Amino acid sequence: MLIKSRKQSDLPENQITPESAYVSRRSVIRGLGAGLGLAGLGGLVTAGTGAFAAEAKRKPLDFTRDKPDPDLVLTPEAKVTNHNNFYEFGTGKTDPAQNSQDLKVEPWTLTVEGEVAKPGTVDVWKLMADTNLEERIYRMRCVEAWSMVIPWVGFELGKFLARFEPTSRAKYVAFETLYDPQQMPGQRNRIVGGGIDYPYVEGLRIDEAMHPLSILSVGLYGKTLPPQNGAPIRLVVPWKYGFKGIKSIVKIKLVEKMPPTSWNKLLPQEYGFYANVNPAVDHPRWSQASERFIGPGGLFSVKRQKTLPFNGYGEEVASLYTNMDLRKFY
Amino acid sequence: MAVSGKRGGWRKPLAVLLQLFVHLGAAAPLLWLFYAINAGHLGGDPVVELIHYLGLGTIRLLLLTLLISPLARLLNYGQLNRLRRPLGLWCFAWATLHFSAWMALDLGFDWSLIGSELVKRTYILIGFSAWLILLALAITSLPVLMRKMGKNWKKLHGLLYVVVLLACWHFWWSLKSGWIEPAIYLGVALLLLAWRSKSIRRWIESLK
Repeated sequence: MLIKSRKQSDLPENQITPESAYVSRRSVIRGLGAGLGLAGLGGLVTAGTGAFAAEAKRKPLDFTRDKPDPDLVLTPEAKVTNHNNFYEFGTGKTDPAQNSQDLKVEPWTLTVEGEVAKPGTVDVWKLMADTNLEERIYRMRCVEAWSMVIPWVGFELGKFLARFEPTSRAKYVAFETLYDPQQMPGQRNRIVGGGIDYPYVEGLRIDEAMHPLSILSVGLYGKTLPPQNGAPIRLVVPWKYGFKGIKSIVKIKLVEKMPPTSWNKLLPQEYGFYANVNPAVDHPRWSQASERFIGPGGLFSVKRQKTLPFNGYGEEVASLYTNMDLRKFY
Repeated sequence: MAVSGKRGGWRKPLAVLLQLFVHLGAAAPLLWLFYAINAGHLGGDPVVELIHYLGLGTIRLLLLTLLISPLARLLNYGQLNRLRRPLGLWCFAWATLHFSAWMALDLGFDWSLIGSELVKRTYILIGFSAWLILLALAITSLPVLMRKMGKNWKKLHGLLYVVVLLACWHFWWSLKSGWIEPAIYLGVALLLLAWRSKSIRRWIESLK
């Protein structure tokens, strides 16, 4: 388990990217591609001018600091917020930062229903103010074989769900992202949205959901989430591949049967329900044995590192899967 | 005196000028990339962006290469065919950068991983085959070898048709989801190939 302590010293200054640095980095390069492109080779020209506004919109949060793990180097904030998979806003890695800035995240309600004694709808912003938020510095491993280390701010999913008193029939938890084609271009257009059947849905087994490492995150780097990272509330399950971390959640339903999950529906032979980080089970099209860590520094400082079973959280979570064949239940 | 001087006076200089544009057009995005990487404009994970940019650029260049001879026919402007050689060589240059970026930056020159990925992942093997063919085409585009090879040169260089198809296939299979974008590229490729179906048939005949 992670050890929490209330009066924790701040993160080392050198691990936090100063705002001025990443704001200035964004402000360049637009029309270049048009002039240069041979047969339209300008596709890369992506500068999120809208990202300015969003940075201003992010609010500072009150939270308990996590104890920094000396083995973990944080991914700079600008990389965390400019390299995202959020197909509702496009399939390119910089599309979400570019296209999501007008997402209306306030007000936002989250409904909890299904196999619970006390179903209900909560005001997420009120929830943020009323809950003791804590920082969790987690490794994040994408199924595409890259990884980050992100200081999330949030609260334990299990404690949150307990308030609604799950019944004995609650065996799984199903999550759903906002469905709003007007605000989400990927839901309007199949090309933009990468062919996913929207709304995006995800799921966990109840014991996975109740595990203290599973959190609902409302912020990163001390501030509320930017839209591209799943504002205002998203799931973070650090021992699973990133796509399990469903973003901009509007509904949580406790259910008796294993719920459908988006990537599994699209490509069942490539993405399973469990999606535990597992270096021993390759994706059909690439190796999962190692990963590219996205840390500080430029292109040539990229380093490839070994992927850890359960993304390094095996000690805490391996017992959830005893007697399960993880090759079969990938 | 030169008869062509009157009718075709502008034809050759224009082709030379266009050739210059090809070089500029194919090199400029690379210069931009060099700048963008240093300035940090490729997003949080420049590696993947870079690899995709180079890969897609290669496919676009391949299609452009295939567009030249139909265009020359259509415009009755044979000199345009001069562009095929520089374009073809740029295809190889972009493909080489794409492949090198994957080996160096994505896999960090981990040779055993590179080897196993090449063998295990069909789409990578397809891309690699396309690159090998381009390598052969690039080497044999040296004028000396061209002359030496005679008829065989044409036989070998017909393989560009195969490269285009392999490249589109490689793109399609490399995607995590979605098929519309690669389908568009493949569609354009098939159109360009269909246009020259006669010469392709002749090329296949010549191989027998």
